[in-house]
Amino acid sequence: MDYINLFVRSIFIENMIFAYFLGMCSYLAVSKTVKTAVGLGAAVIFVLAITVPINFLLDQYLLKPGALQWLSPEYVDIDLSFLSFIMFIAVIASMVQLVEMVVEKFAPALYGALGIFLPLIAVNCAILGGSLFMQQKSFSAVSEAVTYGLGSGIGWFLAIIAIAAIREKITYSNVPAPLKGLGITFIITGLMAIGFMSFMGIKL
Amino acid sequence: MEWIRQKLDKFKEPFNKGNKLEKYAPAINALDTFLYTPNHTTQKGAHVRDAVDLKRTMITVVLALVPALIFGMWNGGYQYLSQIQTEVTFWEAFGHGALKILPMIAVSYGVGLGIEFAFAIFRGHEVNEGYLVTGLLIPMIMPIDIPLWMVALSVVFAVVIGKEAFGGTGMNILNPALTARAFAFFAYPTYMSGNQVWVSEASKVDGVSGETILGSLAAGNPVDYSAMDMFSGIIPGSFAETSTICILAGALLLVLTKVGSWRIILSAFIGASIMALIFNALPSMGIEGNELTNFPWYQHLIIGGLSFGIVFMATDPVSAAQTMKGKWIYGFLIGFFAVMIRVFNPAYPEGIMLAILLMNVFAPVIDHYVIDGNIKRRKKRVSSATAQIKTAV
Repeated sequence: MDYINLFVRSIFIENMIFAYFLGMCSYLAVSKTVKTAVGLGAAVIFVLAITVPINFLLDQYLLKPGALQWLSPEYVDIDLSFLSFIMFIAVIASMVQLVEMVVEKFAPALYGALGIFLPLIAVNCAILGGSLFMQQKSFSAVSEAVTYGLGSGIGWFLAIIAIAAIREKITYSNVPAPLKGLGITFIITGLMAIGFMSFMGIKL
Repeated sequence: MEWIRQKLDKFKEPFNKGNKLEKYAPAINALDTFLYTPNHTTQKGAHVRDAVDLKRTMITVVLALVPALIFGMWNGGYQYLSQIQTEVTFWEAFGHGALKILPMIAVSYGVGLGIEFAFAIFRGHEVNEGYLVTGLLIPMIMPIDIPLWMVALSVVFAVVIGKEAFGGTGMNILNPALTARAFAFFAYPTYMSGNQVWVSEASKVDGVSGETILGSLAAGNPVDYSAMDMFSGIIPGSFAETSTICILAGALLLVLTKVGSWRIILSAFIGASIMALIFNALPSMGIEGNELTNFPWYQHLIIGGLSFGIVFMATDPVSAAQTMKGKWIYGFLIGFFAVMIRVFNPAYPEGIMLAILLMNVFAPVIDHYVIDGNIKRRKKRVSSATAQIKTAV
């Protein structure tokens, strides 16, 4: 029950886009068509679901104050948490590298469509945000971290395919010239966030 | 009637092409076509011949709203007067309610149409009729005592950000009337929820229980209205949302004229019933529910704004799903989420507004995948047919 709770929570209530507005750059830039949005969304799900548990283990056994106790009891005072940013980013960057190679090999068309935004997942704030929130939430088991990573990835995925479909739909709309492109996308994001307000304040 | 036409033509002269006031032509054309059917026809390209244009569609919805509106006027007054005097005559109650809602309608139409006209003139397109419905819906889903300037501000937000930024009628992604209500709801929560706002001047009368049924359920109190009261709508609530029977009359008109989609209405009610049935079944599974989960499922359908939202907002052809299969999914999820938000979310006793807005956001995705599925199925059919031909040859 706790896992379902955490899962639903991370998808809807603590949605990366609509609750924290994280990962906006690629969300705004790669949401012109549903197809590429699905590709990027899947990549983000994958990277989040892998990196959050890996970073959880790192945090648990290397970085946390007293985490090195398992080596020897004399390390109980060592606090390496100042290294967490650089360690997390290193893990994320290597995972993104892996995803990039897989996508290039198996879906060259998608690779071309995603362009620079695929390697830029490495600096997508939603991904690092996922790891940092994980650290803050102090999960007790690695399975919780997997659930959280997967859930926030799916939340991000839902958000980007929703906006991509909307942007495909408004291609024919008579949007005022100054608002065309990014302007209207920001407005759409705001309006979508109103829709997602339905989940704010739900206590599971 | 001929002289009106002549007068109008004469009045229109300075607005014709090449004349001085050409820029303001959309405004005057809107007035003209409001009174007379325009006689220009499409010159080229494919076009559909149909007697029903946008104006008639919109007027049908307005007509469908009338029963609920009239009942709302009476109920608004009745809820107030029945608290302070023992006998309430029909006209007293009706008059009190009408005095409350008519200014709201006037403000909503005045502000909204003003913006629409201004945008039409600045952007050089014709005024669209979409606002006729939106402008009537907005006051109907507001609490009775809301200050008029809040109505005006919500209208401005809904029309400018929710609609005109996308290019006007038919282009918006969220239902404009619900956008207005959501804006007011999040901007002025004290005026839009709680137990003081639903009966007119409740705070001034001692001992008035102005809570909506959902409000008192969420607070854990049992309800002392009968199911018949809920169905006929003699309960506190937003202006016109209370009477399920009047709403169903409107729904009948919408479905018969095919203005509203029966698929959405039906599937939304199914979705809401299923969700409520699941909650009702909780005690038999050994989970103790609360007042809200134990509330009978059929009563979930007739209280609050559920039926009003489903019939008049979810069926909005612009923001709803467009494909047939998509409509079933879209409607079902609206009902499902509406009851879920009611039960799970203590911050919002009523869920239909946010459920519809949420599904408006996801309607294009649903459509996309329904169409995608159709394309795939047909491609498969073609390839299997060509394979058959090949083997035959």
